Order: sequence, then structure tokens, then C-alpha cells
Amino acid sequence: MHIERPEGLDEALAALAADPHATLLAGGTDLMVEVNLTHRRPASVVALRRVPELREWDERMIGAGVSWARMESGPVTGLAQLARTVGSPQIRAVGTLGGNLGTASPAGDALPWLAALDAEVVLASDRGRRRLAWDEFLLGPKRTARQPGELIVGVQLPEALPPHQAFAKVGVRQAMVIATVNCCVVRDADGATRVALGAVGPTVRRARRAEALVSGTVRPSAAVLDRFEALVREEIAPIDDHRASAAYRRHAAGVLARRTLERCWS
Amino acid sequence: MSEVLVQRPTVRGGVGESVPRPDAVPKVTGRFDFLGDLHAEGMVWGATRRAWLPRARLVRVDVTPALTMRGVHAALTQDDVPGHRYQGQKVTDQPVLAEGEVRTWGEPVAVVAADDPETARRAADAIIVELDELEPLTDLDEALARGSVFRHVRVRRGDPDARGEVVVEDTYTTATQDPAALGTEAGLAVPDGLGGLDLWGPTQWTHVDRTQLAACLGLSPEQVRVQPCRLGGAFGSREDLSLQTHLGMLALRLGRPVKMVYDRTESFVGHVKRHGARMRYRHEADRAGRLVRVEAQLLLDGGPYELTSSAVVANSSYFALGPYRCQRVEVDGYALRTNNPPSGAMRGFGANQPCFAAEAQMDRLAEALGLDPLELRLRNAIGPGDHLATTGQLIEHPLPTAEVIRSVAAIPLPDALAPADDDPRRLPGGTGLTTPRDRVVRGVGYAVGLKNLQFSEGFDDYAEARVELTAEGARVHTAAIEVGQGMVTIIAQVVRSTLGVSQVEVAFDHTGRIGSAGSTSASRQTQMAGNAALEAATVVRTQALERLGGDHLDDAGVWRGEQLLAPLAELVADGPIEHHVRYRHRPTQQPDADGQGALHVDFCVAAHRAVVDVDPDLGLVRVVEIAIAQDVGRALNPQQLHGQIEGGIAQGMGHAIMEEVVLDAGVIRNASFTDYLLPTCLDAPEVEAVLVEQPSPWGPFGAKGMAELPTMSATPAVVAAVRAATGRALTRAPVRPEDVVGDLR
Repeated sequence: MHIERPEGLDEALAALAADPHATLLAGGTDLMVEVNLTHRRPASVVALRRVPELREWDERMIGAGVSWARMESGPVTGLAQLARTVGSPQIRAVGTLGGNLGTASPAGDALPWLAALDAEVVLASDRGRRRLAWDEFLLGPKRTARQPGELIVGVQLPEALPPHQAFAKVGVRQAMVIATVNCCVVRDADGATRVALGAVGPTVRRARRAEALVSGTVRPSAAVLDRFEALVREEIAPIDDHRASAAYRRHAAGVLARRTLERCWS
Repeated sequence: MSEVLVQRPTVRGGVGESVPRPDAVPKVTGRFDFLGDLHAEGMVWGATRRAWLPRARLVRVDVTPALTMRGVHAALTQDDVPGHRYQGQKVTDQPVLAEGEVRTWGEPVAVVAADDPETARRAADAIIVELDELEPLTDLDEALARGSVFRHVRVRRGDPDARGEVVVEDTYTTATQDPAALGTEAGLAVPDGLGGLDLWGPTQWTHVDRTQLAACLGLSPEQVRVQPCRLGGAFGSREDLSLQTHLGMLALRLGRPVKMVYDRTESFVGHVKRHGARMRYRHEADRAGRLVRVEAQLLLDGGPYELTSSAVVANSSYFALGPYRCQRVEVDGYALRTNNPPSGAMRGFGANQPCFAAEAQMDRLAEALGLDPLELRLRNAIGPGDHLATTGQLIEHPLPTAEVIRSVAAIPLPDALAPADDDPRRLPGGTGLTTPRDRVVRGVGYAVGLKNLQFSEGFDDYAEARVELTAEGARVHTAAIEVGQGMVTIIAQVVRSTLGVSQVEVAFDHTGRIGSAGSTSASRQTQMAGNAALEAATVVRTQALERLGGDHLDDAGVWRGEQLLAPLAELVADGPIEHHVRYRHRPTQQPDADGQGALHVDFCVAAHRAVVDVDPDLGLVRVVEIAIAQDVGRALNPQQLHGQIEGGIAQGMGHAIMEEVVLDAGVIRNASFTDYLLPTCLDAPEVEAVLVEQPSPWGPFGAKGMAELPTMSATPAVVAAVRAATGRALTRAPVRPEDVVGDLR
């Protein structure tokens, strides 16, 4: 196995240009599991931990190399809430935002937040940069639009973050559990509301009809919330698997979205 | 004669003290060598090729591609087994490597040895295995209908015409639970150059391993030295062989040491599990709340090989009711042969599954009668002088059923969820922030467990020990296996208090040095290894006193009255004083055709009370607290008792709300710790424990084995509490969120 350990972004992109199909290693919390299970045997690896540019975090951009631990203790409400639910403290110390995007699990915990924000994924190669909307980047379970030779540099955020953000996740354990359903609701000062759910379809889903119902300045009535819950259930496509039935996921998604929405007023 | 007055020292670290474990600090500081840390000069690494179908005809195995790889030294199949090609503790029906037919998902087909683990793994993958898929048998009722039965235990007792006015009946299910010991299977076989070998592997009983290994390897028992091992947990899963025979085959073939370590996924198919069960119950009582009749049909999923299933189903059947009197009992317990993963021993050994069902039945009966559930249990509780409702055995020794029920009820309930308590870790859903405080409903549930101690049904059950007294103190030799439960501490405490000498060391011997201590299971070793050590130490003390005509022995030496006759070094100047004991408990009987007889040597009871907070809309459960009153005989080491209680409760509550091997037509869908969920420290409840001490007339210093009970009735108590919170019937363990939500379609 060949391992490149670039110490800057340009070096990393050069390494990728020379070996476009190299496997990218950040925190390793997904990759090394697959290696240990022998599901993957990478011939060459570009290790990203020494690339300082990937760890940058400012108003508009979160670097792909920012760890869950930093997100958990950071200033952004929704991001802190979701980061706390990822794995154990050891996992959160090394796992990264970029890794969550690169793996593109339907249950990825950062993805509902990015979708609710309408964030963009910034990709770079030695030929330049491009930005893809979250739903252009996430194509299916563990499938993304990242091309050979490209690196996820980070996430581009909207000009102003919504003042109200809430994240919630259902799992059969108090912590350290893969989502059965996860959900993020954000609400702008003008009442515009966006709702995204994970683990209820091949990729993270926006419940756009439900959003439209509650986007407004008035706090919704119980009847509207009932309708909101029902719309959320209609807008997802969960499956049966070893973690839960599709019927439970559909039910829980409605409950979770409604409660998460209500937290945006508290 | 010295005129100096010497103060007689008091023994340190005797029974009743919370003596710390000798292995505690090395374990938490990473300096304890577990099985996986073993190393031998010149060793090679083994790996296993497994089948990927739950049932198939084995068409062809070709190891040539593995053998042609650089660094590969051997690739063996069932044709290469040097001796008997089948193994098993009771019946030898499990092929060492698959032969003719694959009968379970992940069954070993071939083994390889190579220079390093990675090469070994790739070589195993390179072996050509052709399978012709067959329809697996995975449903218990279908297995029964087809007569696919390892053992049927039939119990009939009392007046067949006895009928009660109040009737409750239902079918209950418990899923397969994995023992999930943190240490995976690992081992090392080292040839001795004389045709035999030394073997370190995961075990709870080295002598029974030796019997099987010698037969399969074509060696005499003396040529196989099964070494004591340093396990990272067992819970029953090391009672049956896993990688030992494979290691032995490879080491003998190559004449060099071979090591093997399973990863977590392989471990899930590499060890036995708690039987999944389907149980049909009918309870009848009179208006006064006395049990009149219980009928039970118990179906246990044994997987394809018998292993210990025939003994497990006996326990299920004999403890089908719990610790209650009843006029008429009809139990039919079946251990069934299927193509699901092999089941075997796990903490509670078959008594757990019926405890889940029967305790739910007691709650339902109480409701039907308008009685408090504890009052109903007290009205039927058995104790000394009663007969076990199933086997008819007279209870001769202390059995404080009513006392544990009253004691657990007397423990104050925990505070209600504080209105201001917004710490999400204390709410259902935890860090997932799913559940607002005002959606939480609290429930309280109780359950009582009964189980036998030691081996039963006429088994010749013994344990050997040898105690030596030297100038340095005493050393206890035993082949008993310390699996992490703390026997090493208890035996030393027993010998200290018996001899009066504080410096006591426990030496774990291989099978060539001392006879069997029996299995570290069935809550045995405190009483079995403990009594063997106690008897040996008693004789050593007598001999020490007789040597010099003394009347007292302690750390200073031998005394007569106030006079120190000789220090220890002088006492043993001509050689150590030693004594060897083979200890047996009183014999038990074999069951008659109706399952009747004095089948057990003794019993133990515990009562649990669970307090849960439930989010009924999402079906999420947080276990707030579990209180337990536990029959212990006498507490030899209170801290260790509390450790066993807390660990056992975590395992029992885990099975109540999350621990399940998810099976899909014989295939395990969650063979990892990502998806086989064990309780974390945020899930484990507060534990309030009361030790009920009624000394056993035959246990060392009155002690009883006890470590299975904390697991047993924790599961039904938690589910009872969820029922109380939600009103749902919940006839299955573990309870899944969708079971709590209900009516999803």
C-alpha cells in the first residue's frame, strides 16, 4: 500500500492529481472499519490530517477536516447538537465533517443540517474549484458527485445562519448509536422554515411541502402541526432494515420533525 | 524461651472483606496479558474460511490457491482432522470443519496458517468453496413439527384435574442474545516436540476441552495440556470449543506454534449464544390468588449442533414457573435443531427465557385477580419445606423468596423526574434530544427469578484443589478458570480465613498438573472451587498444628496458647505442608419420566424492581433505576457481589430493550458492535442492591453462588415497567421502539 502524507492543500491536490483514484483518509472512522472488515483494500491512500487548510472554519466556510469534537463545542447550535450524537468521544475526536460527506451514508448525522441550510459542498482538484448544492453532491447511498482527483475542501454556508436551529436523532441507545431517523429544522428570522430528514430514504430528504405549510411568522396551531407531521411522513421513503421497520421510521419521522420544529420556538 | 510478648496478628484479606482483585490494576492500566496478547517464538497465524449460507450442500473445497501463495504454510479441511472428526461437550455432532453439508451461516470450512494475519486472511479467502444452497430450517414451530428435536423435557406433577377459575394465557418470545464478551476468541497452540501440544484458548473448563481436543487430534489426554487462560469475559460462550481444534490441527501439522485471533464479526459467528425462545403459557389460579395450574410449552432454538442445549432446556423446563407453589404443572420443553446460529450456555442457562414469560403471566394474573403483583407472588412464594412445583424436590436449604420480594419492595423509589431537569442524558432518547420532559411517562415493574446452583440431574460434579503452605505463605492450586468474575479473589479469601495466614496466592494449573475443577459456570466456583480449597486448607492447618503440637496458626506461625512455637519458615523447614482435595457436592438424581426427582443440589432467588421513563410516541425507554434484593448465602466479598449485580443487571436490561441478534432466515444482520447494541454507561441504570444473607449450610462460610440471578429477572422487570408505563402487552424481549408505539400500520 502506498501512502501520501501531504502537508498542505496544494500538496494534497498534487498527490491526488498524480493518483486520482487514491483513497482519502481523514479521521478514518469509516474507512478503517471497512479496511478491518476487509471490505476495502486500498492500493494507495492520501492521508489528510496534516493539511491545515482543511481545518479552517470561518463565517461562511467549514473545512472538511473539522472534527466532531470541534463542532460539538463550537458556536453553531444545530451543528453542536448533531455532533454530540456521533459515536463515542474517541470517534468525535478524529472523525470529520468531510468524512461524513464523503461516506454519504443515508444516516449521516451532519447531512440533515447541511440540507436544511441549503449548504454547498466545495470540491477542489489541481484544475480548480467547484461548488455543488448538497443535493447535487449526494447522489445515493454512499454515492457522491466527487470525481476522481477531487477533494472535499469544505462546506459553504449561506450568508446568514438561521437564528433557530434544532437537531434530533432517534436511536435505541442514549448515545453512540447510528440514527434510525435524524432530523434538522432551521427557521430564519422571517419565518422561512426548512426541514431535512436522514435515514428515511437513499439520501437525506427535505420535506418541502411540510416546510411550506409552516413557513411564516405565525406560530402554527395544533391542527397545522398535525398536518405538518402527516406531510413529513408523505415526503419520505424509508425502508425496512435490521435497525427498524419502514413503518416505524415513517411514524417516528413525523413525531421527530414536529418536536424539532417546536424547539425552534423555545 | 522468649519472654517477648508477641501480639497474635489478625488475618488480613479474609472472608467478608472487600479485598481488591489481584488483576484489577493490570487490567485497567493495560498491563494484563489477555489471550490475544499471547506470543511464541516462531509462531505463524491461523485464519478460518467460513461458509456464507445458513444451509448448503458442500460441493467442493479446493485449498490449492491458498497453498500456492507466498507465506502460506498449511491449508486444512475436514479430511485433515487427525482423530475423531466431530466434537461436542455432551454429544459429538459438530464437525471440526464442515463435512458434506453446511448447517449454519459462518460455519468453518477450512483453516490456514501463514506468516502473518493478513496473508492468512487472504489465503483463507483464496480457498475455492462451492456450495449448493439448501432451504434452511429457521422457524421453531416448524422444527418441532418436523421432529427436529435434541431433547424433550416432560414435566408432569400434581392432580391432572386441578383447574383454576382465573385464567391467563399468551405466547412470549425472547430473541437470541449474544454474550458479547469484550475479549474476542483468541488462542495459541504450541507443539511440544514429542507429538503433543500445549494449548491456550478461550475456555471455562479446561478438562472438558482436553477430552474433546485429544479425541479430535488423535492424541492421548496426557499429550494435550490445556492451559489456564486469561479471558476477556465468557458468560457461558467459552463452554464450547471455538478455535482450539483448528489451532491444534495446524500446530501438529506444521510442528510450530500457531496463533489465531477472531475479529468482532467473526466472533459473532464463532461462539454460542443465548437460545432464542418461543413460549406458550397458561396460568390458572383460584380466587384467593393461589396458582392451581400452569401449562407451558417452551421452544428453544438450539441451532444445528447439540452442544449444551439438552441441559439448557432442562433448566428452562424445571424453572418454568419461577419460585412459586402450584397444584398442577405440565411443562414440555424442547431444544430444537435448526439452521440458526448455534446456541449454548449463557448466564442463567435456560432459566432466563421462561422467567421473562412466567413473570409476565404473574403480572397478568394479578391484574385479572385485582391483586397487587407482589402480593400475588408472596401468596405463592416457595421456601424451605416446600416442594419445587415442577420436579417435586423438597427445598431443604435456605431459599428466601418472600424475603427478597419484601426487601426489594422496601427500597425507597427514586425521585420523580425533576421538572427542571433538562439534562438530555436523563431523558429517553438521551443525547439525540428526541424527547421533551412533558412527554415522559414513568413505569415501575417487578420480577422474581429462581435458578439452580451447580450441575444437576445426577451429574458427577466435583472440583479439585491443592493447598501448599511454605515459608512465603499458602498457595492454592486449581484448574478452575477465572473468567473475570473474581473467583481468584474469593478462593484466596476462603483460604486466608481457614488457615489464618494472610499471604495466599492462587496458582492456575494446566490439565496435566491437577484434576478438573469443573466448569466456571452454573454459579459453581465460589462453592465448588471454594469448598475444595477450604477442605484442603483445613487439613493443611491441622497438619501444621500437629507438627508442633500447636493450637493456633497465623501469620506469625504456630502457637500454643500465648506461646509462639515457631514462625512459618521454621514450621516448613523440612518441606511444605500440602493437601489435595477432590470436593463433591451431595449427589443429585436423574429425572423420572415425569421430570420428577431431587435433580438439583441447591437454589438461589432474587427480586428486581425496575423504574423506567418511556417516551410512548417514539417508543424510547430509559431505565432509571433497578433495585434488587439478592439471596447470597453470605457475602464473602461485598464489593465483588455488587460488581456482579451491577454487571448482571446491565446485561439483563440490555436484553430487555436493545440486545438482540437480528436473524434473517439464518443470517445474522448485526454482527458488529455498531449494530449489536450493548448498554453504554449512559444506558446503565442506577442500581440499589440489598444482599439477603441466610447462610448456606454447605457453601464455604455460608456463601452461595449468585452471579446469574442479577441478569435473569432484570429483563422481565424492565419490560414489566414499560408495560406499566404504556399499557402495551409487550410479549417479546427485547422490546423494540415499534412494539411500544404499537399500531403502526
